[in-house]
Amino acid sequence: MSSEQLHHVTLDVNGVTHSVDVPARRLLSDALRHELRLTGTHVACEQGVCGSCTVLLDGEPVRSCLMFAVASDGHAITTVEGLADPDGRLSAVQQAFIECHGLQCGFCTPGFLTTITAYLDEHPDPADVDAVEAIAGTLCRCTGYQNIKASVRRAAEIRHERDGTAPAGIHAAAESTVRVRAPGGEDRGHALRTALVGQRILRREDARMVSGRGRYVDDFDSGAHAVAFVRSPYAHARVIDIDVTGGLDVDGVVAIYTHEDLPPLIGAQLPVLIPHPDLFAPKTGYPLVNDVARYAGEPVVMVVAVDRYIAEDAVSRIDVTYEQLPPVVGLENAERAENLVHPDVPGNVAAHMVQESGHALDAIAAAPHRLELRVEIERSAPTPLEGRAVYARWDADDATMRVYSSTQLPVSLRGALAARLDLPLRQIEVIAPDTGGGFGMKLNHPWPEEVLVPWSARQLGHSVKFIDDRRETFLASSSERAQVHFIDVGFDDEGRILGLSVRFLHENGAYTPYGIIVPIITATQLPGPYKLPNYRAEFTCLYTNTVIVTPYRGAGRPQGVFAMERTIDRIAAFLGKDRTQVRAVNLIQPADMPWDTGLIFQDGRPAMYDSGDYPTSLAMIKELIGWDDFPATKAAEAKQGRRLGIGIGCYVEGTGVGPYEGAHIQIEPSGRVMVSTGLSTQGQGHQTILAQIASDALGVCIDDIQVTTGDTRRFPYAVGTFASRSAVMSGNAVALAAKIVKAKALRIAGHALKVDPDELEVVDGVVRVQRSPEVSISLGMVATLSNPLRYAFDKQAQAATQFTMPGSFDEPPVRDDEEPGLEGTDYFSPVRSTFASGMHAVIVETDPRTAEVKILKYAVVHDCGRNVNPMIVEGQVHGGVAQGIGGALYERMAYDSDGRLQTTSFMDFLMPYVTEMPAAIEMAHLETLSTINPLGIKGAGEAGVIPTSAAIAAAIEDAEGIEISRMPISPDDLFALRKTKERLRRSVGIGAYA
Amino acid sequence: MKPASFSYSSPATVDEALAVLAQLGEDGKVLAGGQSLIPILNMRLSSPAHLVDINRVAGLDTLDANGWIRVGALARHARVERDERVRRMCPLLAQALRLVAHPVIRNRGTVCGALAQADPASELPATLALLGGVVEVARADAPVREIAAADFFTGPMESALEVDELIIAARFPVVPAGTGTEFTEVSRRRADYALCGVGAMVTVDEGEQITSARAAYVSVNPTPLVIDLTEVLAGARSDTADFAAAGRLARDTVHPKTDLHASADYRRELAAVLTERALAAAAHRAVAGDSGGDGA
Repeated sequence: MSSEQLHHVTLDVNGVTHSVDVPARRLLSDALRHELRLTGTHVACEQGVCGSCTVLLDGEPVRSCLMFAVASDGHAITTVEGLADPDGRLSAVQQAFIECHGLQCGFCTPGFLTTITAYLDEHPDPADVDAVEAIAGTLCRCTGYQNIKASVRRAAEIRHERDGTAPAGIHAAAESTVRVRAPGGEDRGHALRTALVGQRILRREDARMVSGRGRYVDDFDSGAHAVAFVRSPYAHARVIDIDVTGGLDVDGVVAIYTHEDLPPLIGAQLPVLIPHPDLFAPKTGYPLVNDVARYAGEPVVMVVAVDRYIAEDAVSRIDVTYEQLPPVVGLENAERAENLVHPDVPGNVAAHMVQESGHALDAIAAAPHRLELRVEIERSAPTPLEGRAVYARWDADDATMRVYSSTQLPVSLRGALAARLDLPLRQIEVIAPDTGGGFGMKLNHPWPEEVLVPWSARQLGHSVKFIDDRRETFLASSSERAQVHFIDVGFDDEGRILGLSVRFLHENGAYTPYGIIVPIITATQLPGPYKLPNYRAEFTCLYTNTVIVTPYRGAGRPQGVFAMERTIDRIAAFLGKDRTQVRAVNLIQPADMPWDTGLIFQDGRPAMYDSGDYPTSLAMIKELIGWDDFPATKAAEAKQGRRLGIGIGCYVEGTGVGPYEGAHIQIEPSGRVMVSTGLSTQGQGHQTILAQIASDALGVCIDDIQVTTGDTRRFPYAVGTFASRSAVMSGNAVALAAKIVKAKALRIAGHALKVDPDELEVVDGVVRVQRSPEVSISLGMVATLSNPLRYAFDKQAQAATQFTMPGSFDEPPVRDDEEPGLEGTDYFSPVRSTFASGMHAVIVETDPRTAEVKILKYAVVHDCGRNVNPMIVEGQVHGGVAQGIGGALYERMAYDSDGRLQTTSFMDFLMPYVTEMPAAIEMAHLETLSTINPLGIKGAGEAGVIPTSAAIAAAIEDAEGIEISRMPISPDDLFALRKTKERLRRSVGIGAYA
Repeated sequence: MKPASFSYSSPATVDEALAVLAQLGEDGKVLAGGQSLIPILNMRLSSPAHLVDINRVAGLDTLDANGWIRVGALARHARVERDERVRRMCPLLAQALRLVAHPVIRNRGTVCGALAQADPASELPATLALLGGVVEVARADAPVREIAAADFFTGPMESALEVDELIIAARFPVVPAGTGTEFTEVSRRRADYALCGVGAMVTVDEGEQITSARAAYVSVNPTPLVIDLTEVLAGARSDTADFAAAGRLARDTVHPKTDLHASADYRRELAAVLTERALAAAAHRAVAGDSGGDGA
């Protein structure tokens, strides 16, 4: 196949004229990103559904993935890079996004900024601004849209402030109430407050991201070779023959690899990352299929070409002959085991585990009342807007491999690659640059692609890059949540649970690289805030011919909470009691803390709640949602023909799991404070909260602090970002490292000022004598003095040279107990996890005819211990709630009976837009400090998503009088449930549960 | 997901475009707004050998109101939807356009392109069918032929358009006085393809009695289905008419299919409910003399 005709195209972008020669099929998005190197425009679906790639064409927003560059000739194009004012000042929209925390990972942000800019041009009067209309049709996976709506309104205000046409009125992200409770119950919150921790500090990463200067993996090196894969179209098939000749004929193809072409270390089976004794039949795939493909989408052949277009051309010309094998799809079929996913795994059973505290079955048998339930959660997926991405370059001169990956675990990936590539660790650098969301999907490592890309880069002597397209993300990354639970519960007349036993099936897909973490979390977090004196959990993990499981934000907890909360609601219905009353009698009380559940948590340590105040939480959520007033409202609305329902969901979340995280802090002679930690960031604002903590701990201005995450060149020891652990783990590590650095600074300054270090303090980057602050020395100068020099390479350095530095001739310039440099490293390794908690409540309306469900009100009470930055915590909760609503009402990973995934695009996997979200998420914070880490922090990252399905199911049940035992629920599902109820009513002649 | 290669031409006149299409035959594909076509190309569900980009063809970016609303081949959804004449004279078209995808897509997509796609899940074929509109089709060395909506849509994604033909305009009849219209639908997320959509037209006489009632359906039939419901409603007053009976008739007439997002049963129920709602709204407008084109 010969090379394509090129078209000479003149692109007028941001007022600059560019001439490029491109094939007719080059999408405008790709031309902007790769020909013009304007990488601020991001690509996330290439179908026009998500809006990340939106640019302005003659002032009107258009999807740049749905235009060809050749057709853009002659139009004036504006990208995110061109939004700032001519003098460089951020535009009103950009500024508003920073002020209102309108972005998290920043990947979708350019599309919002361009779209809103055009909207406000058309609606210049803030009174006319409809924030929902301004952003309808653009997808965000992080923010839950609440702060983007605030940004739209704020941008309209800023425009007027700048025009001088309207009075100034600063409205940062909406404030919410905060109640601080220390473990003992007394209010000592303010005494614990320090300068920045606890404040709504605006994010330090944002100015870059709103300007299109984020650096995501695909933004590096447009000259890298591109990779595409032939993936198995069948869920279960043996590869009989591969004929690559058609692919090799394509002009621009660099290399094609099959399993046979890979050296043993590269082609070998992928690791079981978290082995567990109860995972008795672990299985993993190969980077390229060896013999049998076990899910549709598994990579079979790798193509490397000069660009992705050509790589896909070659993929379409490679012939693979398959022998189809019977697929195992769905938990029922897996359990029936008429067919096997792995011939040597009987029953398709990967793992089986039992945990028990007390004697559940005896307690249930002896209880006055007993109920049995079956509840189910279907499969969903994390779907960050940036999919998997890996880019590698081999430096042959240095014999070093540098890998950029959108991973949540760069340090562990480095270890994996060192083993695979047979290189010493010091010859491998792994960097997680800006990452467009993760939500657990990017925990698995090494992905097949993460092995093959670095290897081929070394092999070919050329940089190589693989960027998931949306279809590949759905087919071949990860999913979660599919579980069926059978609950048996015994309780007394008050609804007090005397014994609870749950048995559940967990679908783990074709392989178990991430072990059985998800079902372990379900089993151990199901009890939530309730005293379960006798509890038994038993689960079985089953293989199916579907994509693998990794934890997806919430990680087994949404299922456990769904099971528990449905149980409590059923008990309340059985006893005719108010649902919150039954919750109240079962709650663990503050005086019971620490509370030992008697279970072993996902970190292999006791699941022991360190602190929490669940009764206060319950009182707060009832007040926030208006629980006690609701029955009157419901009855009044019913008279108007409207169906309303209310529901509640409560959870406890083990966060901040070990083993450890570390931090390094170095104060440079310039006064710059460099903080680094090994875990990586996918939009959570780590660079801001860690800077807040460092600022307080060191006494330096936050503007002097630069935080680096996820770069093994800067910090090579780490675990990673998951389990709501970053603020707990790296936050405390930064505080500990800062303590070391500060102590050293005081020692050196004391020596220089001839004052006892105990008499010194650090304020705004200056060390000074507490009683006479005029006697002082800057931290930068302390840094200079910390490093005795021979050479005065600059003026400040003179102070540290050998003829100027004061010192005793009896002591070496660097004392035995010191090291040069004003820096320090420390690690935080907790004895066990710390337990955050929260409660959600929701009011829904169901359409009596169309069965559509609308959320009228959503409320969250949230306790993450010390709240380092309430603005960021609220953003995390908003985003979680949006994912929770998606999981409850819209999103499902649907496989057909042949194991072909039906939902491979954002057209079919229905992530909510702003139009599917409630108008507001009302939130209140409770702070019960953790007792097992110095800062008292508990995790916040997953809070929003955990009880959402439980609360929404309860509200629909309340509105409809129909038991809701399976989520998600679509209007079609509700319609079918109504029909079933109607049929039952007719056949039995009495009302069903109502 | 990148498109396969194709050769490309960007003619400047209709004659040039027609000449290229005549020469290419089966190999040619017209590119207008591209908002439906390019996703298909990106996913390689289709890979035409040659794209004829009509975006630079002179004289197609037109929108006229002379007894008809005549929409030229390059008139974008957004422009048509915002046009004051369209809102006043053919409010159904404006109502339908507001339901077509998201605003950003409407900035680029064209009305004629949507007709050419003949997607049974699209609002525009149903609108043209309900109004009894006409598609103007040109071909090299031949007079422009006019195809009535009823003859144009021949199957799902299939139309009477030949490979060497180009839609140069579509004509939507003006809605007469005494007639009210409404377009409504249920979709999973707003602006997703409708699970069921209904466009309705109701005419009343001076005594506010219904003289005619018709509805067109989206996503519940292989082609745009128009159901004449006059028999059920004729003579009734708009505020007491049995729209539910019309809904039941619709439910029994549509032919929906079950797919990922909704069962055929549910779609049939939606056809009933939405028929009822759309007719009631249209009848109300007919009586009130409110076009409803402004979307208020």
